[in-house]
Amino acid sequence: MIDFGFTPLVASITDLDKANVNLAKQLTEQDPSFALCISCGSCSATCTAGQFTKFSFRVMCHQIRKGNAKEAIAEASKCMLCGKCTLACPRNVNTRNIISLVRKAQTTTP
Amino acid sequence: MKLEGKRKIWNEYQKDIADDKYFYVRSCIRQAVFPGSENTYLRIMRDVLKKDVHESAHHTTCTGIGYHTEVVPFETIQTVVARNFALMREAGYENYTPSCVTSFGIYTEILDTWHHFPEEKKRTAEYLKKATQRDFQEPGNMAHTSDIIYKFRHQIAEKAKYKLVNRITGLPLKVVDHIGCHYAKMFPEKGIGGAEHPHVLAGLIEAFGGEVIDYPERRHCCGFGFRQYFIKANRGYSIAASKKKFESMEPYQPDLILTNCPGCNYFMDRWQYALAEMEGKTYDTQGNGIPVLAYEELAGLMLGFDPWEMGLQMHQVGIETLMDKIGIPYNLSEKYKGAKGEDLGVPESPRNIKFYK
Amino acid sequence: MTKTVAIIGGGVAGLETAKQLNSLGYSVKLFEKTNTLGGHVAKWDRLFPNKRHASEVVSSLTLSQGNTQTLTETTVHSIKRENQGFVISANSSNHEADAVVLATGFELFPAEKKEEYGYGLFENVITSADLEQMFKKHGKPVMASGHKPVRIAFIHCVGSRDEKVNRPYCSKVCCVTAVKQAIEVKEALPNSEVFCFYMDLRTFGPGYEDLYKEAQSKGVTFIRGRLSESSEIEGGRVLIKAEDTLASTPLKMSVDIVVLMVGMSPLRSTNKLATDLGLSINADGFIAATDLHTNPTGTATNGVFVAGACTGPNNITDTVNAAKATALDVHNYLSR
Repeated sequence: MIDFGFTPLVASITDLDKANVNLAKQLTEQDPSFALCISCGSCSATCTAGQFTKFSFRVMCHQIRKGNAKEAIAEASKCMLCGKCTLACPRNVNTRNIISLVRKAQTTTP
Repeated sequence: MKLEGKRKIWNEYQKDIADDKYFYVRSCIRQAVFPGSENTYLRIMRDVLKKDVHESAHHTTCTGIGYHTEVVPFETIQTVVARNFALMREAGYENYTPSCVTSFGIYTEILDTWHHFPEEKKRTAEYLKKATQRDFQEPGNMAHTSDIIYKFRHQIAEKAKYKLVNRITGLPLKVVDHIGCHYAKMFPEKGIGGAEHPHVLAGLIEAFGGEVIDYPERRHCCGFGFRQYFIKANRGYSIAASKKKFESMEPYQPDLILTNCPGCNYFMDRWQYALAEMEGKTYDTQGNGIPVLAYEELAGLMLGFDPWEMGLQMHQVGIETLMDKIGIPYNLSEKYKGAKGEDLGVPESPRNIKFYK
Repeated sequence: MTKTVAIIGGGVAGLETAKQLNSLGYSVKLFEKTNTLGGHVAKWDRLFPNKRHASEVVSSLTLSQGNTQTLTETTVHSIKRENQGFVISANSSNHEADAVVLATGFELFPAEKKEEYGYGLFENVITSADLEQMFKKHGKPVMASGHKPVRIAFIHCVGSRDEKVNRPYCSKVCCVTAVKQAIEVKEALPNSEVFCFYMDLRTFGPGYEDLYKEAQSKGVTFIRGRLSESSEIEGGRVLIKAEDTLASTPLKMSVDIVVLMVGMSPLRSTNKLATDLGLSINADGFIAATDLHTNPTGTATNGVFVAGACTGPNNITDTVNAAKATALDVHNYLSR
């Protein structure tokens, strides 16, 4: 190979034809409330973890839906399981359960 | 602040708490870091309130910390919890009173799980039978030990020798309450006063004549988390959560931080020391730090118990400033003496936070 | 013989139905439990989308009542079917009618149910209805201390789209009301900073989107994020927290006044009148329509009709339209 001093950029576009959305499907089966988020931000606004890290339950769910499961699983470890997000969610999303399902998915998702 | 609005909320969130005959289970953390606090609780219950509190030497950790850090599976924690319930019934008790807020959350959540998923309860009963030959029943009543102290707060206050009042100015001392997340955030109806404006500690402060201070980050977590503190690389995140709270309460100049959770009591205390040594800052005006007490430690102090017998020397932020303000006498030469008067040695002095020795 | 129609509720729906039935020649009895007509609108200062005074609408409706027999401070306790008609017992007397229209309206969501928002606890946390009262009295918002507010935050969806308080539905009118009120604040206090915290802005009606644009051009800041909690700080000011979801970061700010945009809730007490008459209540707690598309004002019970916000959140225009449709339904029924 020749080093030209530059390489072609990798596309940053979300490509839903290639995205692996298995985790999203699996989570929706395990806890149907996964599908109900409307991205209002109540969870992340009240989140202890989100004050000091990039952790956001809402963004994590969104990433999973777009096929970025690996990043989302890494994010899930930042949750302190305090439970405040479950209290705040207007859509009754079972946030703590979804976090623990995502953490478990580390070893079980195809 | 409209107090009548708060009172309305407090009245809405009350719960049934048993009157007597309690089965007591200890906290893992408190045994290690504030070993005197649980004895203080038992002393208040048995000697002051004349209640029947039973402890079994066979009870174990609820495994909550292991569960939250994912080293203990859900099946295991349910079985361990069922075993503790079985010990209670075998001893002839039905009122379960855990000393730890994490445990209280675990028990509440598992009872709720069994309510919604009876097959989980059935499976747990099978596991317990196989492993220990024991059968279990759910508690007739369950309350956190801070609920118990809340229930008897007026009786305790009647017998108290001291009040949360500044001896010189006669003004009530300013106290901020900090409630463990798992006390009510998961199940607001299980907490006295609910999750947003809990009364469980505020009621105690009022009963002792102190002034409850509400500050913007009152509801924020202390930052213990589980895997957050236990992994050293994540501790910066843990201490930042406590720092956020200290910064938020600083303008109100509180005289005391009152907690009901072993982890919170630990972190609100120790992180003040760590922040003082890291950044040279304390969040009071005198370089003392803000004293941190658990509910029964405060009750014991008000009742006139000896501070060193209660193990208050295990607190990193000196309680002496608080005792001076109230006018509680103490003997510094006794601070680091053992139960038989033997010299335990004085710890190394921190540099940036006042140390009484 | 002239047939009699009993209308329960003297708000916009009841007044418009009464007006129409009156002009069709029926004898109309209008029951209103309070001492004033006009319902919630009578307590409002100005209306979206054109900021006209609410009193104009109320007086236009009340002045065109003709022979309507208006019974204020009269609470209907029960409605019973008797022979071909109905007996309405209100206060301590009975009234007969050939048809009944339920125009019982709604109640504002009791904002203290959102404990984390601090209504009833913090003196400068108010509702959209409280703000209308301020506009009526002072022409501008005022802090509890009497000081002029510099920063005001509007919180959309309080008691709407929130399953935690059992109000899963959208109340339809609050988004545009917040936009209207935000503009009014900017007009009354040009140096003030105004923020709207929303989940989705639903400005669906004629002129609503223009109002949204007007608010933007007047300097109102829109933040896409739902309020998570508020706390009182020095001077009775309020610290609020939300997520700026478009930036994906938590956000906090201190403001002088928080305005909670309270939604429309079903009025449980009058729902009992409906169920006693055999009507059903929908999943949101409002009176269910027979057919959402083809018969929104009819009911399964002969001779009983519904109009307005007792069937779900509605603006004035749609309520007036529903009332006209109801009047026609009543007319068709009575002239069978």
